[in-house]
Amino acid sequence: MKPAPFDYVRAESLDEALSALAEGGDEARVIAGGQSLVPMLNMRLARPAILVDVMHIRGLDRISEAKGRIEIGAGVRQVALERWAPLSGMLPLVAAMLPWVGHAQIRSRGTVCGSLAHADPSAELPLALLALGGEVRLRSKKAKRVLSAADFFLGMMATAVGPGEMIEAISFPTHAIGTGTAFREIARRHGDFAIVACAAVAKPGGAVRLAVGGVADIPQAVALPDPSDPGFDDQLNEFAWSLNARDDLHASARYRRDLVRELGRRTVEEAIQCRS
Amino acid sequence: MPKLTKDTTHEIAFTLNGRKVNVRAEPRMLLTDLIRHAVGATGTHVGCEHGVCGACTVQIDGEPSRACLMVAAQAEGADIRTVEGIEPRPGELSPLQAAFREHFALQCGFCTAGILMSLDALLSRNPDASEKNIREHLSGHLCRCTGYAPIVKAALAAQRHLKEELAHA
Repeated sequence: MKPAPFDYVRAESLDEALSALAEGGDEARVIAGGQSLVPMLNMRLARPAILVDVMHIRGLDRISEAKGRIEIGAGVRQVALERWAPLSGMLPLVAAMLPWVGHAQIRSRGTVCGSLAHADPSAELPLALLALGGEVRLRSKKAKRVLSAADFFLGMMATAVGPGEMIEAISFPTHAIGTGTAFREIARRHGDFAIVACAAVAKPGGAVRLAVGGVADIPQAVALPDPSDPGFDDQLNEFAWSLNARDDLHASARYRRDLVRELGRRTVEEAIQCRS
Repeated sequence: MPKLTKDTTHEIAFTLNGRKVNVRAEPRMLLTDLIRHAVGATGTHVGCEHGVCGACTVQIDGEPSRACLMVAAQAEGADIRTVEGIEPRPGELSPLQAAFREHFALQCGFCTAGILMSLDALLSRNPDASEKNIREHLSGHLCRCTGYAPIVKAALAAQRHLKEELAHA
């Protein structure tokens, strides 16, 4: 339960971090808040030879608004986003989801981008990225690229981040007037991993998108009609089966499908109600 | 760009309960072991070592955090407060500690140091924290003795005491 030995580099600029990552290749890992990585180190599920600490890079802890998007730097801790005054107006869905991310004692150090990099199938922030159409800005010494959730998440705890690459920031589109959002989650205990988590976005004029976490290897989304539509239940049921739910210690596959149908419907209904 | 190489110890300077400390440690040493073994402050307890149980909770730069989820190399320059730092004067209990004793909020005491550090941070940041807030903060701690009800009671009693203190100040 102690980490294997590693070299530690405290980067003081983005260039320094990218150079250290380029040099370390697939032996190097970024450490930010450490709330997902350090448990992996302690259990020796991860044994990187080099840790590159990005929390001392000036400017990386910025939350900014430009061109209709909110950008969140790699150094922004979850608690900082939670306390960011404009959050509930500009990203109400994220504001509803953040209190469900780990416990307060974890959010105090964990970063927003770090949770995405970890890509736990039941984590809330990857679900937010998919539900809202967020983007991940990746950077290496040689190149920059911007990926959507569909291109970023490759599988359970697997992302498109390559050797020498790091998340520089992520962005969400700013909440549009007339759009309704809602979030619901079932877990054994507040702060535990979600058995099923649902996030819904209802755009003005009909289209509703439901994103579900905790069931498939990565969050999945579906476009649904209004719940009053006779086809709604069938479409939601088809989606629930498409997630290939598995039995585990916490819940059976059948219970998870039930939750997707029931919680999914309620989340969609709530999002539509919030549409104003 | 500071680089701390593996398999050798490095000097790490941080503040512990208001005092500057300088200790030597490998970069991979956990903060729990750094403060218990390198410094010798054993008030912070070690439970699960993967962030779940909350026994090792300390305050890092004012925020309640798991000491087992920080490596020594990250502690450089940090301001760390542990249960040894919450008594107002040597031998005198803080209002929160006194309320824990009065309301039987501890039995074996293993989880207590961590819970005190979380509640201390919550009540100083938000003196009007609701019972729901208190329960949410407690969800980050495992206690296998008390059933939590006396802990909630003690937290609410300490909150009343702290508010009275504020009103008379």
